Amino acid sequence: MSMLNVFQIAASALTAQSMRLNAVASNLANVDSAHSSTGEGYKAKQVVFEAVPVAVGAGYAQGVRVKEVVEDKAPARQVYDPTHPLADAKGYVSYPNVDAVEEMVNMISASRSYQTNAEMMSTAKELTQRTLALLQS
Amino acid sequence: MLGKLDRELAFVQNALDLRARRQELLAANIANADTPNYKARDIDFQSALRSAMGAAGGPLALSRTAAGHIDKSAGSVGGLAEAKYRTVLQPSLDGNTVDTDIERGHFAENAIHYQFLLERARGTFRTISSALESR
Repeated sequence: MSMLNVFQIAASALTAQSMRLNAVASNLANVDSAHSSTGEGYKAKQVVFEAVPVAVGAGYAQGVRVKEVVEDKAPARQVYDPTHPLADAKGYVSYPNVDAVEEMVNMISASRSYQTNAEMMSTAKELTQRTLALLQS
Repeated sequence: MLGKLDRELAFVQNALDLRARRQELLAANIANADTPNYKARDIDFQSALRSAMGAAGGPLALSRTAAGHIDKSAGSVGGLAEAKYRTVLQPSLDGNTVDTDIERGHFAENAIHYQFLLERARGTFRTISSALESR
């Protein structure tokens, strides 16, 4: 029965969106982790989604999965703070290239998508239950 | 009597199957709302149901009497319904054509249609069993 594929599709989206939320959480958590300008600091991470066909025979309906996690290439944020222990010779401290506003937007978008897919799953569940109840009447 | 009920059931069965397929397709659209380059798809329910009913032996159904005849369902996925691409209303930069609000609307609407068809099937079953019970 193809209604069961809806579960698979919704589940794949829930997984993908939660990975996106994870990346956002990780980025936001590290927004203030300073590092010396010479050392490798934290780089903002973004997930890239990709459509994948669900179970064989399902035809054209596609679920979603995380294709890759890419690191933001933008340069580190430089803040002038000569008293900081990690400041370089010129008095600058490097902070990760995380854009907090962008991450918040990403977070809202991911959580809305997550909610929508969870709702979709509960609709599919209800329909499946009703279909099964058809046999009991 | 049973022939009529049979036809009614065949209709409900085909319609339910199509509704389930459409539900699946809309679910895929919603799931891929953030996938770059994903194109939203849907089926034209009316024409899909018409062709499915034709395939089930309607008055104008074409029959294939030799293996060489071209299957009229060729080109449509699963022989039932061809998924078509949606017209874009608000194109996005990443090439994605899913409008989540529209898809959610269709999803809810399709679910209600599905439930209605289930009720119809239940009604048919009830008719059959009451016909069998009354003596």
